[in-house]
Amino acid sequence: MAFFGQAVLLLVLGLLGYATVAGSYAAVRGRRRLLSSAVNAFVSAFACTVLAAGTLVLAFVRNDFALSYVANHSSRQLPLAYTLAALWSGQEGSLLLWLLVLTGVGAAALLLNRRLVIDVLPWTAPILGGIGAYFAFIPNAVASPFATQTAPPNGLGMNASLQNPYMMIHPPLLYLGYVGLTVPFAFAMAALASRRVDERWVVASRRWTLFSWTFLGVAILLGAKWAYESIGWGGYYAWDPVENAALMPWLAATAFLHSVMVQEKKKMLRVWNVVLIALTFSLTLFGTFLTRSGVINSIHSFSQSSIGGWFLAFIAVVAAGSAFLIISRLSILRTSTRLESLASREAAFLYNNLLLVAFALTMLWGAAFPLLSQALRGVSISIGPPYYNFFLRIFGLPLLLLMGIGPLLAWRRASLRSLARAVSWPLLFALLVGAMLVRAGAGSSLPGLVAYTFSAFAIAAVLVEFVRGTRARKELGDTTWAGAFTSLVSRNRRRYGGYVSHAAVVLLAIGVVGSSVYNSGRTAHLQPGQAMSVGGYSATYLGTKLTRSASHDALRGQFELSYRGKSMGIVEAGKNHYKVEQFFANAVGIHTDWLRAEDVMLIGDQFDKDGSVFLKIAVNPLIDLIWIAGLVFLIGSVVAMWPDAREKRQLARRALEIDGRRPVVA
Amino acid sequence: MMVALIVLPVILTAAVTIAAMLYVASPLVRESELPRASSADGLARRLELVEERDRALAALKELEFDHRTGKVSDRDYREQVGPLRRRAAETLRALEPAAKPDRPAGSRRATPSRAKVRS
Repeated sequence: MAFFGQAVLLLVLGLLGYATVAGSYAAVRGRRRLLSSAVNAFVSAFACTVLAAGTLVLAFVRNDFALSYVANHSSRQLPLAYTLAALWSGQEGSLLLWLLVLTGVGAAALLLNRRLVIDVLPWTAPILGGIGAYFAFIPNAVASPFATQTAPPNGLGMNASLQNPYMMIHPPLLYLGYVGLTVPFAFAMAALASRRVDERWVVASRRWTLFSWTFLGVAILLGAKWAYESIGWGGYYAWDPVENAALMPWLAATAFLHSVMVQEKKKMLRVWNVVLIALTFSLTLFGTFLTRSGVINSIHSFSQSSIGGWFLAFIAVVAAGSAFLIISRLSILRTSTRLESLASREAAFLYNNLLLVAFALTMLWGAAFPLLSQALRGVSISIGPPYYNFFLRIFGLPLLLLMGIGPLLAWRRASLRSLARAVSWPLLFALLVGAMLVRAGAGSSLPGLVAYTFSAFAIAAVLVEFVRGTRARKELGDTTWAGAFTSLVSRNRRRYGGYVSHAAVVLLAIGVVGSSVYNSGRTAHLQPGQAMSVGGYSATYLGTKLTRSASHDALRGQFELSYRGKSMGIVEAGKNHYKVEQFFANAVGIHTDWLRAEDVMLIGDQFDKDGSVFLKIAVNPLIDLIWIAGLVFLIGSVVAMWPDAREKRQLARRALEIDGRRPVVA
Repeated sequence: MMVALIVLPVILTAAVTIAAMLYVASPLVRESELPRASSADGLARRLELVEERDRALAALKELEFDHRTGKVSDRDYREQVGPLRRRAAETLRALEPAAKPDRPAGSRRATPSRAKVRS
């Protein structure tokens, strides 16, 4: 099994090496057949990676502890579902999953855009091949998942924090988002290398960016929910460097998805867009470096390993290569189109880009500074939540406001009068909400009040856009309001899908502000029969119960929860003791009070032998809006991603007009 | 049993390697070496013009719709529609020499001033 897995992995490296070398030669010499062969090599590499990953999963299922990776991350007591997910529970397997996703999305991109790749952007295949070859080299030469040993009778088990249902979905989705961003990077760099900077690479890149951005966004939220429900510290996002590592490329990709519209509509920001794509991809690599190298101490990171240097070298190569390509193609990228007005849709996109990129770079500095300090001065520095929260307010609040203003602005320029008319209703609504919140006592936090007022403005702007658009479609001939609405959305899915995503961000902002600014909590030492109260809620400690299973013992404290004297049922909170792993993990109790739109979280911090418990209760208002925002975000993304028949027809017509051939963008 | 454990992975590896090599080599023997599309500079220039024309027409549609929704005032609309139409007409004129001469006049693309501008 180990031999087959290792041999197939070696074959993957060979195939990706061939895709790089043969693809590069074909791109330089214009050899179409050789390029097609390079594409096939990449697709074959994906098939072989599936075999390698399948072999490792099979080894887990069969408890083949002769493989060191299996022995170190599984045990005979581990439930089957976690055994299957153990593939990505450690360093070597995660890198194999990385390679699997990379070759998978790369192969899909090459096959779905085969004509574009072969005829217009021949450098796509060798660039993807080169990146793939690097990620195949690591598990082959530096961190092999198929290393063998004398098989012990049982494995060491899986990290207890990972034994959670979110473990099965969060990492694959995160990788899809993270690694998927390789594809737009490859298209962009191929366009520069091939000197084809027309709109075709933009269309292909934009679709794959949207795809990856969606998965990355959903994965970040799932990770937050996992932390909230499992870690037991009462929060969901700790500004941990590894968490930030996923957020940074998401912010940069968000900026790109906005600025690329300016390029498509106005032929502006062409240099900026390729810089953004290169930055986004470099940030994914930097994030990978943070997670894999073990240079930082994080709940997410893997142990100290030797792959950090390899990643740094690769980041340097990617950054230098991208910079060289961009600088050498400046003459064909630059256009004479200028911004007509500072009050226009494209100007709003520019401001939003500056804020998003500034926030991403601030986070990058927050992650990099402690590393630099340690490396250059030998001084250990930690940058924590106060730094990030400060910049979240500095950049996040104007972004919220811009999310409302941007959709109301027309392209090119807006006169003061039309601008005043466009913003009147949302502004009125926002001021009304602000006044009501002050009256309700929300003025205790100025940033919180401002965030809510801006959120009201942004959500009202989205609604106004839908209402005005639907009314205009009805005037244009749609017979019913439902028909007009459907017609509105289907004619411009990207715009209206984007507005739904804006609504999701507003919900997210409301949830984040509510749960972090207006939360409350306390800890108390309780004997059975005693009670403690927080924010109108009261928890009475009834006692404990112990449940045993093959993998772990579950100790649960039982608490009767009530609100102002009215019983809300029994909530259990306790700890799990994982036997093989010799590890204690929190099992928090969460009661969602939908009527008051808040969560009551019970954390059994410490259970003493005398039957007493140190209980922590946290009341988190509006926190569930964060998870609902995830669903709304997904809906918006699906609407925006849905294939656009008009765009397809336009590309087909263009291809016919240019050289009488079928379109080169599927 | 031991033989199967040793031999089977080798056979499987060989089979996978051969299958991959055949797939990789297949375009080298089956496909023809066709010239690339849009390779000439002239075609690239034409593509640029076609994109510019589509951009101008889309901008006109957008302006029309924004005017209808009240985002663009009557005055702003009047100021902006002229330059946009001129830009679209210029790109259409620039594309004109390459149009097929045997097309019947009635089937030709309408100029933006006559085009039905809808969002």
